[in-house]
Amino acid sequence: MKIHRGAPMYARRMKIRREKNRREKKLQGAHTWVRPYRKKNMKRILEKIVESVLTVSGATTGIVILLIVVFLFREGAGFFRHSEIETGYALCVNGGNPINRLTPEQIKAIFDYEIDNWSLAGGNDEEITPFRMNDISNYYTDEELGENYEFLPEKLSEIISKTPGLIAFVPEQYLPDESADVKVLAGGKLNPADFFGGEIWMPTATPAPQFGLLPLLLGTLWVGLCAILIALPLGLGVAIYLGELAGERVRNLLKPAIELLAGIPSVVYGFFGLVVLVPFIQKTFDLPVGETAFAGSLILAVMALPTIITVAEDAIRNTPQAMREASLGLGANHWQTIYRVVVPYSMSGISAAVVLGIGRAIGETMAVLMVTGNAAVIPHSLFEPVRTIPATIAAELGEAPHGGAHYGALFVLGCILFLITVVISVMAEVISKRQHHA
Amino acid sequence: MLETRNIDFYYGSFHALKNIAMEMEDHTVTAFIGPSGCGKSTFLRLFNRMNDLIPNTRLTGECLIDGEDIYHKSVDVTNLRKRVGMVFQKPNPFPKSIFENVAYGLRVAGISDSRFVAARVEESLKGAALWDEVKDKLKKSAFELSGGQQQRLCIARALAISPSVILMDEPASALDPISTSKIEDLIHILKKDYTIVIVTHNMQQAARVSDKTGFFMLGELVEYNDTKKIFLSPEKEETQNYITGRFG
Amino acid sequence: MNSNLLKQNIAFGIFRALSLMVAGVLLWILGFIIYQGIGVISWEFLTTAPSGGMTSGGILPAIVGTLYLIAGSSIVAFPLGILSAIYTSEYAGNGHIVKFIRIMTNNLAGIPSIVFGLFGMSLFVNTLGFGDSILAGSLTLGMLALPLVIRTTEEALKAIPDTFRTGSLALGASKLQTIHRIILPMAFPNIITGLILSIGRISGETAPILFTVAAYFLPQLPHSIYDQVMALPYHLYVIAVSGTDLEATRPMAYGTALVLIVIVLVINVSASALRKKLQKYHA
Repeated sequence: MKIHRGAPMYARRMKIRREKNRREKKLQGAHTWVRPYRKKNMKRILEKIVESVLTVSGATTGIVILLIVVFLFREGAGFFRHSEIETGYALCVNGGNPINRLTPEQIKAIFDYEIDNWSLAGGNDEEITPFRMNDISNYYTDEELGENYEFLPEKLSEIISKTPGLIAFVPEQYLPDESADVKVLAGGKLNPADFFGGEIWMPTATPAPQFGLLPLLLGTLWVGLCAILIALPLGLGVAIYLGELAGERVRNLLKPAIELLAGIPSVVYGFFGLVVLVPFIQKTFDLPVGETAFAGSLILAVMALPTIITVAEDAIRNTPQAMREASLGLGANHWQTIYRVVVPYSMSGISAAVVLGIGRAIGETMAVLMVTGNAAVIPHSLFEPVRTIPATIAAELGEAPHGGAHYGALFVLGCILFLITVVISVMAEVISKRQHHA
Repeated sequence: MLETRNIDFYYGSFHALKNIAMEMEDHTVTAFIGPSGCGKSTFLRLFNRMNDLIPNTRLTGECLIDGEDIYHKSVDVTNLRKRVGMVFQKPNPFPKSIFENVAYGLRVAGISDSRFVAARVEESLKGAALWDEVKDKLKKSAFELSGGQQQRLCIARALAISPSVILMDEPASALDPISTSKIEDLIHILKKDYTIVIVTHNMQQAARVSDKTGFFMLGELVEYNDTKKIFLSPEKEETQNYITGRFG
Repeated sequence: MNSNLLKQNIAFGIFRALSLMVAGVLLWILGFIIYQGIGVISWEFLTTAPSGGMTSGGILPAIVGTLYLIAGSSIVAFPLGILSAIYTSEYAGNGHIVKFIRIMTNNLAGIPSIVFGLFGMSLFVNTLGFGDSILAGSLTLGMLALPLVIRTTEEALKAIPDTFRTGSLALGASKLQTIHRIILPMAFPNIITGLILSIGRISGETAPILFTVAAYFLPQLPHSIYDQVMALPYHLYVIAVSGTDLEATRPMAYGTALVLIVIVLVINVSASALRKKLQKYHA
């Protein structure tokens, strides 16, 4: 059948075709939309299968989040099952000592000789004598302890009962029997109160590792919030410029530049900060080290910029043109229109931008790890080294023995980070929803 | 023959069509007129079950084509839609070549015989009075056509799967007067082979192209009669008011 | 009147300056890395393993490792993400399910990469017993890329006007046929751009691979998916902060940073070029 035909033929052929059409229709019958064929059914079954695959994959993100929650919290919960005192060791005191329990921080202070009287730990007015295993040679010779230290528990018992203010840190296998003279301090489990209220993070300290969240949490918030304070005016300005002022050509240059800024890997930012920013800060402010919270904030500010700019610009562009025209029509100039109409109208979008920017800054790991100096102390100024939660995880997980208290603690940090970002996501969601109702 | 009995249709709790019964003969053009939101488009879309796509809707009553209830459980909607073509308000050609646009319905029906497809495409384009304008550029993108040509392409696309009914939802409302008159001429020609139902805002258009006219208001079929009768001596006062432009 | 105009000029001047500043920061970072790194790049640098305590040699194992991880995580994230996006945008309607899925996707996108690292270590490395391996690293990175793929694909699908869907359905096409023949081809340019950009993101991630795959120093190339590999971003981190002789490894670090930057640049440029080209062809 040829396609091209001359015009005279056309009318006749059409007529024939119409006849044929009618025949075709008759052949098919009037009820052909009732499914008649098995082949059709096969096809429908195939489609049903594909569609159910689609439905299942729709749940993917939910499943992933569920898995993250399960595994993070499972490992994190393990932390609180560990003893406060280093695994395999115990603390013993004289039987006359009224103290029954010491917090990890007290234990650390005692063995660091920061507390030297039991009254400071809630006991009697008595001098504290910390005792570690290598102190045993001050009391007994090796012969007295026996070839395989079989007399050690006995001798320890002796020492402890003789010295009322003594506290001994001993391996569990040599633990003296508990008696009227010797009391084994109940090694409590690591508990949430000490974790969330603790001011010291020293996970490898002996006899009691210190898992205090505060320095890390404050470090994270400190660096993150400063970053936002720097990034917000910058990002908002650029967003207004992009959304309201820039011509097509400038936009076509600036938009890809911002995308690129978002695309640069965080470790490259970190490296740039390390070799450029850190020495610069050290010199300019005459500091002992350049790796400071300030360096982290600066780098994070640059990294949070693309998020803030993109979200805020979207909000600004979504302001209805009619609103701008109404304002301009009433004699307001462009700038007045921007700050009296456009910015208030897009406020919820801008807030969402800020919240998302904070989320980005708080979760950032590598760049912060490389430039903030990682001192786990509660920060007092911007120009001191700090350590954030993500940086702690990245720096320490490799060295934490699997299944130990330290390992668990890092997962608890992960849970906290996870919860913070979930709260932030939900906040951003709620804030930007408000826009639609306004 | 299209026929509805006691049709009620709801969008959620909104009662969009109220107890509508009407019959449309084969090889006639029926026009639906009425103010915006009166339910005429909703009613039109019942006949190829496009309303199924809108969530939270409910239909009661019967909708028959040649005596078969098209809402019966055994009906395959895709087959129904092959029998009942539809042309939309705005031309919506696919981002494919002119040829592939017309061949689309055949391809999704599983027809792969390329000679049959080519012949059917030509036939349909001729049927839509577009062949002479596009025969040299069948491989070009459909977006290169003018708006009126695109709409006729959409008509050709509907013809290709040899429907018996063509539904037109304000097919000329987005077109200029010349393109509109071409579409109207086409409707006259197509009438010989197809049953056509057209929704229109333009009363002159309804008067020009249709044999029968139904006037809808607030979800009710106020009056349904020969077009001449409706426009010259309507029985109901509302019809009279609408036609003379007192509201709507 | 004049003071209003003055205020406007000052405000606009500030905005312009801020924008210039942001562009300047970008140019500064790029310029610095390129300037410092360009001298290091050589054929030898790209094709040999590090040697001499990472003060000489090249970064081949890291490049190869990163390519493996990109490929692996793409295999994980692309099919899952695209299917999931098709479901949410074409099938799920506007009910509670979609809202729930969208919130989940946004949450997933907001989770810090280090948390993915923890998760990957716990699930893939320890529980499933993959050990530090390409498999564990790819799965972890894949999870991370998932929300990115879903979002961009969903946006691409949403951008297709409904008239094309109704037009196709009215011609007797099934929903699946409509998606397959009309929607996906139309959305293709934007989907592919999103995929390429997510590759860019994957290639630069460090935190998720720290504990799931990355090797400190491993000059030989991997033989199976259960092997560890070096990776560019981790390698940069290692030689930037923990080398034995930081002064001597600095040039290596500049070179590695430049390679990373070039990868990101190439990916961004090719994504937008591809989008433009494909759109022209389609319209």
